[in-house]
Amino acid sequence: MNLQVPQGMSRRHFMQHLATAAATVPAMEFISHLQANAAEVKKKQKACILMWAGGGPPTIDIWDLKPGSKNGGEFKPIDTAAPGVQITEHMPKTAQVFDELSVVRSMSTREADHGRGRYYMHTGYVPNPTVTHPTFGSVVSHQLGTERKELEIPAFVTIGGGSGSPGFLGMRNAPFSVGSNGQIRNADMGGTSEGRLKQRLSMLSVIEDRFIGTKRGDSPQSHKDIYQNAINLMTSEQMKAFKVDEEKPELLEKYIGTGSQTGMMNRNAGTFGRGLLMARRLVETGVPFVEVNVSVGGWDLHNGVFNALANTNLPPMDAAISALVADLKDRGMLDDVVLVWMGEFGRTPRINQNVGRDHWAASWSNMIGGGGLKNGQAIGKTDADGVGIVGKSYLPGDIWATVSHALGIPLDTVFTSKRGRPMKIANGGTPIKELIG
Amino acid sequence: MPRTMSKTMRMRPTICVLLACGLTFGLLGSGASAQKSRAKASFTTGSNDVLIKYIDEQVRLGWTDNEIEPSEAADGTEWMRRVYLDVVGHIPPAEEIDKFLADEDPVKRTKLINRLLEDPAYVRNMTTMWTNLSIGRRNIRRVSRSGMRKFYREAFSRNQPWKDVVYDLMSAEGHFEKNGAVNYWLAQMQDRDEMVQATAKTTRLFLGIQVQCTQCHNHPFNDWKQNQFWQFNSFFRQMQKVEHRKYDPKTGRQEDDYSEIIQRDFTGPVYFEKRSGLMVVAYPKYLTDEVDPGEETDRREEFARLVTKGDRPLIAEAMVNRMWGHFFGYGFTKPVDDMGPHNPATHPDLMDRLSEEFVKSGYDVKQLVRWITNSEAYNLTSRFGEKNAIDNPAAGESQLFSHMYVKGMQAEQLYDSLIVATGAHKSGRTSWDESEKQRRDWMQQFVVAFDTDEADEATTFNGTIPQALMMMNGDLTKDAISAERGGFLYRTLTTPGSSDTKRIRTLFLSTLGRQPTRREALLTGGMMRKLKDDKDKLAAYQDLFWALLNSNEFIFNH
Repeated sequence: MNLQVPQGMSRRHFMQHLATAAATVPAMEFISHLQANAAEVKKKQKACILMWAGGGPPTIDIWDLKPGSKNGGEFKPIDTAAPGVQITEHMPKTAQVFDELSVVRSMSTREADHGRGRYYMHTGYVPNPTVTHPTFGSVVSHQLGTERKELEIPAFVTIGGGSGSPGFLGMRNAPFSVGSNGQIRNADMGGTSEGRLKQRLSMLSVIEDRFIGTKRGDSPQSHKDIYQNAINLMTSEQMKAFKVDEEKPELLEKYIGTGSQTGMMNRNAGTFGRGLLMARRLVETGVPFVEVNVSVGGWDLHNGVFNALANTNLPPMDAAISALVADLKDRGMLDDVVLVWMGEFGRTPRINQNVGRDHWAASWSNMIGGGGLKNGQAIGKTDADGVGIVGKSYLPGDIWATVSHALGIPLDTVFTSKRGRPMKIANGGTPIKELIG
Repeated sequence: MPRTMSKTMRMRPTICVLLACGLTFGLLGSGASAQKSRAKASFTTGSNDVLIKYIDEQVRLGWTDNEIEPSEAADGTEWMRRVYLDVVGHIPPAEEIDKFLADEDPVKRTKLINRLLEDPAYVRNMTTMWTNLSIGRRNIRRVSRSGMRKFYREAFSRNQPWKDVVYDLMSAEGHFEKNGAVNYWLAQMQDRDEMVQATAKTTRLFLGIQVQCTQCHNHPFNDWKQNQFWQFNSFFRQMQKVEHRKYDPKTGRQEDDYSEIIQRDFTGPVYFEKRSGLMVVAYPKYLTDEVDPGEETDRREEFARLVTKGDRPLIAEAMVNRMWGHFFGYGFTKPVDDMGPHNPATHPDLMDRLSEEFVKSGYDVKQLVRWITNSEAYNLTSRFGEKNAIDNPAAGESQLFSHMYVKGMQAEQLYDSLIVATGAHKSGRTSWDESEKQRRDWMQQFVVAFDTDEADEATTFNGTIPQALMMMNGDLTKDAISAERGGFLYRTLTTPGSSDTKRIRTLFLSTLGRQPTRREALLTGGMMRKLKDDKDKLAAYQDLFWALLNSNEFIFNH
């Protein structure tokens, strides 16, 4: 089969001309009118936004504070919009919208190495040399991406960081990785006409197909699949979903936060906010899974944890998360978009000699919200010093099963690895009862 | 059969015994397939090194035991492209392919291997590989990439015994450009983490074992214990980095000057916390060798001595496994740097023997490359079918080396291959030194850092949309296919006495390292002949070149 130039190409060129022909007010209004219509149509499309706090966030200082314990640290808990649920004093804006969010305080995940934890939390499976499990974004891409015919951009986008591999689901479901500035390098064909592109692609297909036919495993076919995705992307008008600057400046400011609160010392200020706003634009366009790196200064806080959180990490995270919740709510999308916040593990309840916390997977928290779940809850419990779980504990598979439920992906979905081994979605995890009602 | 026997007779007695065992097992196991396997035993690159026969027999044993049959030997063009990419880091220039194909010497593969090992590009390729392994691809402030490269360049150009390279790295001290080896340590000292990252990296990269999980607790999946991590760690605790600054009269500011590694006073044990909260101590101890924790001891010097001693130290196994992995895409373990009883090797006898011989050779890295590249397995095609379908490690199966595995090109290999494909290295327009810097800048777009204490990074290079977009629309491709005077297409199209057939052949040879198939020649030739207008014809050649560079066959090392 030949690589195709999609129908959308001429449409996109039309739009580009329109936009550059002079950013005249009527033209802009026309575009935003189109966007508004598109948003109306796609509002009911389910999606997940994963906020990935890579490095291992100290959840004991954010979502599950231990005032009065020797492990308690420097922060005080504050009340939130969810009755009876308290979070850190450094997340005041998020506290105000916490009726739309929940915290799972009894994660117990045993992997305290960055690489292994990253794999485990993203896939629901511990690393295994005989199989590469798909990162959950690839699972959602596989389940929901193919049925969204109108979606021309990849069904799984990561912003500002890496995620994982699509594993046995194939490169077709690989994450498309972009920076939070939304610039996509080399997407501009530099004046290559549609005719030339077609000529190139037909020659390319001859060479590619011959090589695929020589039977050397899956890679040659994956290459062709990726090219088709890339061609769809670069010729699509949906590319504008990456352009955060098309949003109203006031809205962007809310995501980024203003004034001293965002931490003027933070060179990453704005990165995460822009990323989350882009995520909203992407899910609005129909992308079912977006992963955003919570890049607010790094989470691997072996030293100086309190200073880093209070002055660097938490202010921009607070602004961005609270703005996203409000924005999704304003647009009537919050019930369709499930939000997840996690890292590869938590951090030691004990504070080390460098006023830091080390790696800890035995008892820590994830945040989850939106998605039509029963939010405003704190689920699960750790003991008074935060070192153990009291009662039921949860695994990443349970989080992903809850997400699957929210997205309408059947939990009896079973994949088959390349070796023919059956694998249940979310490693057979169970949706968290309290959240799905 | 008689031919095999006569070769066997020439081997040393110890090998004969091992070989005989191998054959006997083979015959008992599965007579029919063993016979077929042996029928093809006549394959040779022309090398008469007895160890290669041993490698071949051991790999064949795996085929027999698993009742599979190997793929055919790769033809000259397929193998040549591969051995160039693996040994010198770029595809072969078109004129070399013609020479190689015309050469009728039965030992021409061995000759080519030896020639490539003397090519300066071998040193460059190994330098790039080990620099990336040591300090990553990202630019890290106050770490000198050029210093690190210089260290490896000198080591590989002298073919310094690997043991000495490791010794020099482990004991390195001083100025980061005068002794480039210190950059290895500087790169692992980005956080004030009590040398945790340095410990994790050193054990993985040079010893081939993963102990980083045991930093916090005994690991459930391997035999390493928490105290062993800290015993290794205590060797590195005398190390200190100093980041010098200097006044710049032009800017009136203090600017970064050089970095260095010095020794600091550190005696006694290190303390770590058990999961129970109990604080315990660990003294410098390498496996079973304890060293004096007193102030007289230079602990890294001791570490360097201990890891390089003996008949088959971990550094030998780690290097053998990594280099095998470099050439085949998979080592004897997956991944190559996680060896141990919890993760058994696919070919334990072969790995042991290769490690032993590597030590006996005086840790001769070039010799190790010769052994691997002259082996039968390395010379097989990457095509495979029914008879060896289960040999598919990409699908999670064990690697049996009954065919070559398709590997993604490294970013550096692609960059250098584009230079070769367009002949830019010959026209004097690009020197390798200049391109080294440009290549590094270009590569940053594909490097993704994880914010962790291990300073680990991933690349979005292989098989991704950004890569596809870069190949379709990026400057490298634009430059390559430009018809500028003096450029590759210009020269190809204006060569006197040429024809469309010849031009098309040149384009295929320069990119894919092979001639066009009949069908490809017919399709492209037919198209070119139809075009009368020079501009149209030029455009068609540009499009063909574009298609070749964008193809799966170009971007994969197969």
